[in-house]
Amino acid sequence: MGYTAKFKVWRGDSAGGEIEDFSVDVNEGEVVLDIIHRLQATQAPDLAVRWNCKAGKCGSCSAEVNGKPRLMCMTRMSTFTEEETITITPMRTFPVIRDLVTDVSYNYEKARMVPAFAPPADLAPGDYRMAQIDVERSQEFRKCIECFMCNNICHAVRDHEDNKTTFSGPRFLMRIAELDMHPLDTVDRREVAVEDHGVGYCNITKCCTEVCPEHIKITDNAIIPLKERVADKKYDPIFSISSLFKRNKEGRQPAPDTPRVTK
Amino acid sequence: MSEIELHSFDVVIIGAGGAGLRAAIEARMQGKRVAIVCKSLFGKAHTVMAEGGIAAAMGNVNSNDNWQVHFRDTMRGGKYLNSWRMAELHAKEAPTRVWELETYGALFDRTPDGKISQRNFGGHEYPRLAHVGDRSGLELIRTLQQKIVSLQQEDFRETGDYEAKIRIFAEVAITRLLTVDGRAAGAFGYFRETGDFVTFEAPAVILATGGIGKTFKVTSGSWEYTGDGHALAMRAGATTLNMEFIQFHPTGMVWPPSVKGILVTESVRGDGGVLTNSEGTRFMFNYIPDVFKDQYATTEEEADRWYADPDNNRRPPELLPRDEVARAINTEVKAGRGTPHGGVYLDVSSRLPADVIKKKLPSMWHQFKELADVDITKSAMEVGPTCHYVMGGVEVDPDSQETLLPGLFAAGEVSGGLHGSNRLGGNSLSDLLVFGRRAGLGAAEYVEALPARPVVTDAMLAEAEAEALAPFSNVGDENPYTIHADLQNTMNDLVGIIRTESEMVDALARLQEFKVRVKNSSVKGGRVFNPGWHLALDLKNMLLVAEAVARASLDRQESRGGHTRDDYPKMSAEWRKLNIVCRYDGEGAVIEHKPIQPMRPDLLELFDVEELKKYLTAEELPTHDAGSDH
Repeated sequence: MGYTAKFKVWRGDSAGGEIEDFSVDVNEGEVVLDIIHRLQATQAPDLAVRWNCKAGKCGSCSAEVNGKPRLMCMTRMSTFTEEETITITPMRTFPVIRDLVTDVSYNYEKARMVPAFAPPADLAPGDYRMAQIDVERSQEFRKCIECFMCNNICHAVRDHEDNKTTFSGPRFLMRIAELDMHPLDTVDRREVAVEDHGVGYCNITKCCTEVCPEHIKITDNAIIPLKERVADKKYDPIFSISSLFKRNKEGRQPAPDTPRVTK
Repeated sequence: MSEIELHSFDVVIIGAGGAGLRAAIEARMQGKRVAIVCKSLFGKAHTVMAEGGIAAAMGNVNSNDNWQVHFRDTMRGGKYLNSWRMAELHAKEAPTRVWELETYGALFDRTPDGKISQRNFGGHEYPRLAHVGDRSGLELIRTLQQKIVSLQQEDFRETGDYEAKIRIFAEVAITRLLTVDGRAAGAFGYFRETGDFVTFEAPAVILATGGIGKTFKVTSGSWEYTGDGHALAMRAGATTLNMEFIQFHPTGMVWPPSVKGILVTESVRGDGGVLTNSEGTRFMFNYIPDVFKDQYATTEEEADRWYADPDNNRRPPELLPRDEVARAINTEVKAGRGTPHGGVYLDVSSRLPADVIKKKLPSMWHQFKELADVDITKSAMEVGPTCHYVMGGVEVDPDSQETLLPGLFAAGEVSGGLHGSNRLGGNSLSDLLVFGRRAGLGAAEYVEALPARPVVTDAMLAEAEAEALAPFSNVGDENPYTIHADLQNTMNDLVGIIRTESEMVDALARLQEFKVRVKNSSVKGGRVFNPGWHLALDLKNMLLVAEAVARASLDRQESRGGHTRDDYPKMSAEWRKLNIVCRYDGEGAVIEHKPIQPMRPDLLELFDVEELKKYLTAEELPTHDAGSDH
C-alpha cells in the first residue's frame, strides 16, 4: 500500500526562505499532516508546524497545499496521485515566523475590537429562554474553529496589506453577524461593522465560503445580511422617521466606545 | 546567564483550556492581575475536542433530576473512590456554572420551551448534558475566550490598556515552577516562537494543563497532553494521587492508522447507536456487571423502548460507564469477534434517519466522511478503546484546589479526586467550570492573605535556564522522536487497559532505560520554533508521569474503574479506603498510601445500604436504611 511521495515544503523565516525537496514514505489512510510529522521524525527535526487536535476541530494546522488553503489534518493523501508533487507553503496573508508557522496576531487584535455580547441587564442567569430556531442562525457561525483560512484567502487583505488596519476579514464580520443574530443581544454594531471592521470592503466573491472547513456559508448567511442591515441603517429614509417612534431597531443600544487598531 | 524577560503578576495560570480560562475570569473578577500561559494559540486547547456536553442537574428535560442524583451517579461511576467533597461541590454548583455561560453568550441547543436542552449519557440517570450538537467543547472554550476578551475590553475602557488585568502568553511552555521557602513563587519557561526564556514572578500559580494522553500510543489526546502540570507539581514538591486510574474511552477510531485513537463521541450511543461484534451480536447485554444489574435493560426490546420511555424501562447496556464498555470491547476483540481492523461495530445508520444523524452528530459525520471515507448514515463505524482521560492527578484541597505546595493550585484534568476511579462522560466540562472558578477564587484569596510576595533569585533562574538548554549540549545521538514512540508503545502494551504484575515490572525497567536515553538525546537546529527541542523537554515530563502511573498501577492490587488487573480481577473494599499518593524524590516517582476520609453521614444517607455493601467494608456501613425512594 505504501509509496514514496515527492514533497516540496517551504522552509525559512521572516528574513526569507525557499522551497525544500523531500522524498517521504506514505502509508494507506494518511493525511498531509502525517507526512509533515514523518519529515520531522526522520529528516527535518526542526521543521516548524502548528497542530493540535488532528481531527479538524481546533483549526491549528492551516497551510496552503498546492496553493490552496487547507487544514493539513483533513487533507487525505488519497486525494493526490502517487506521481504528484505536493507543495506545502505557509498561509500567505500572515507574516511567517518559521517554516509553516505564521504570525496570526492580526486575528486576535480584530477579535478584541468586536463589541462583546450584552444581554438585557435585568435578565437573571437561568432565566434565558430562546427557541431552537432562533439560535440556529448564530449557531452556524459558532461552528467556526478559527483556522483563519477565510481571512487568509480574502483578497481584500491577501493582496492589500494596507487594508489590514481597516478591514477585519470574513471571520470577524461573521462574528459581528453572529452577535447581531443572537436572540438576547442588546447592542447595535452596525456602525462598528462599517467604521472599524470595513464590511464595505467585501465584494462578495465568496472565496471565504469556499475554503471554510466547517462549510459555513459565511458570505450568504453572515456577511450579506450584515451588509443589508448596515445599508438599512445608512440609507433607508424610513429609518430615521421610524426611529422617532421607537428606540432604534429592536431596541438595541449603540456599541460602547470601540477601541481602534493601534497597530 | 542570558537576559531573561521578566513579568510580574498576582496569579499565573498555566493552561488555557476550560479550567484555565474559568480560573482566569474568576481571579480577574476578584481584582487580581492575571497571566494566562498556554502552549498553543489562544482558543486551541484540548477542551475544543469535547463533544458530548456539560453535565449539570438543571432538570430541564427530566424534572426529577437534582444535585443529589448527580452526586450519586458520579460516586457510582467512580466506584466510590471519589473525593466525596469534590463530587458534592461539583453536583451542587454545575447548574450555576452552565447558566453563567449563557450570560457570556453561549448558545446551547434548546428544549421546546426554550430552556437549555440536556442529553442522555453513560452513567447519568437522567438527561443531563447541556450541549451544542456534538461540538460542546468548542462552544465552551469559545464562550470563555470571548468572555475574557470582553473583560479586556472593560479594562481598556478603564485604563486604555487591554492587558491591564489579563494578559495572554500564547505558545509559551513552562519548564519549571519556582518556589521560595516552600511556597509557589512563579514559573519559568520559553516562547516556542523564538526560544527566548521568560520568567513569571507570582505568589499564586494555577495548573490547568490537562492530561497525559501522549504517554500512550493510542490516544484521543493532542501533542499538548504531555503531563506537564503533573510533572511540574511533583518536581516542585506537590503530590499526585491515584495515577493508576486511566480512562480508556470505549470508542476511538481504529481505521485508518493515522487517525487511530481519535474520539467517537459517546453521544452516538446516547442518541441510539448500538455496539455489535463481527457475528452481529449486540454484545453489551453479556457484560452488565452485578453492581449495575438493576439499572440496565436485559433485552434488546426493553433497551430500545427506553429511548422513548425512560421512566418505565431500563437503560441500554451500551450506556454503562466507560470502563465497563471499554473492557467489553477489549474482550470481544481478544475472543476473535472483532472487525477487520481490530475493533467492533458502532452503528447508528440502522437506528436513526440520515437527516437526524447529521443534525445530532454533525462533526462525527464530518470526521468519518473526511478521515475514513465512511458515511455513518449508511454504514457502521469501526471503534475500539483509546486512552482518553486520567482520573488521577495533582492532590488538591477540595474547596480551594490548593495543592500541598502553598500558593500552587490545580484544576481540571490535571487535578485528581473528583472522578474517583472512573469519570462519567460530561463530568469533565462541568469539572473545568466548577473547579476552575474555585481555583481562581482560591488563588485570589491566597494572594490577598499573603503578607509579602516571594522574590525569585538570579540563581534560581540560571538553574532553570541550564536545565532547559541541556538537550542542546547532550552528546549522544538518540532521537527524541524515537524515544517518545518507544515510551508510547511501552505504556500501551505493558500498562494499558489490562494490567499484570510482570508486565508492569518490565515497564518500570524500561522507563529507567528511557531516562538514560533522554540524557543521551541531542537536538539539532536552533531555538526558534524547534519541535525537536520542545519534545526533548516534554519527554522529561512524560517519563516522570509514566513512572507514577506504572508504580501506582503495580501497587494497587485490585481492579476498579480505570485500573484493571488480570492478576487481581476483583474490586476490594479494603483498597477502596486508600489513595495512592506519588511524590518526586529527586530521581523519580515514589508512592505512599493515604487513607480516604469517610463520607459525611448526610451524603452517605443518599445511598441504599444494599448498594453500599457492594463497595464498603462492614465497619464503614451506616446503620440507616435509606430505602429506595431517593
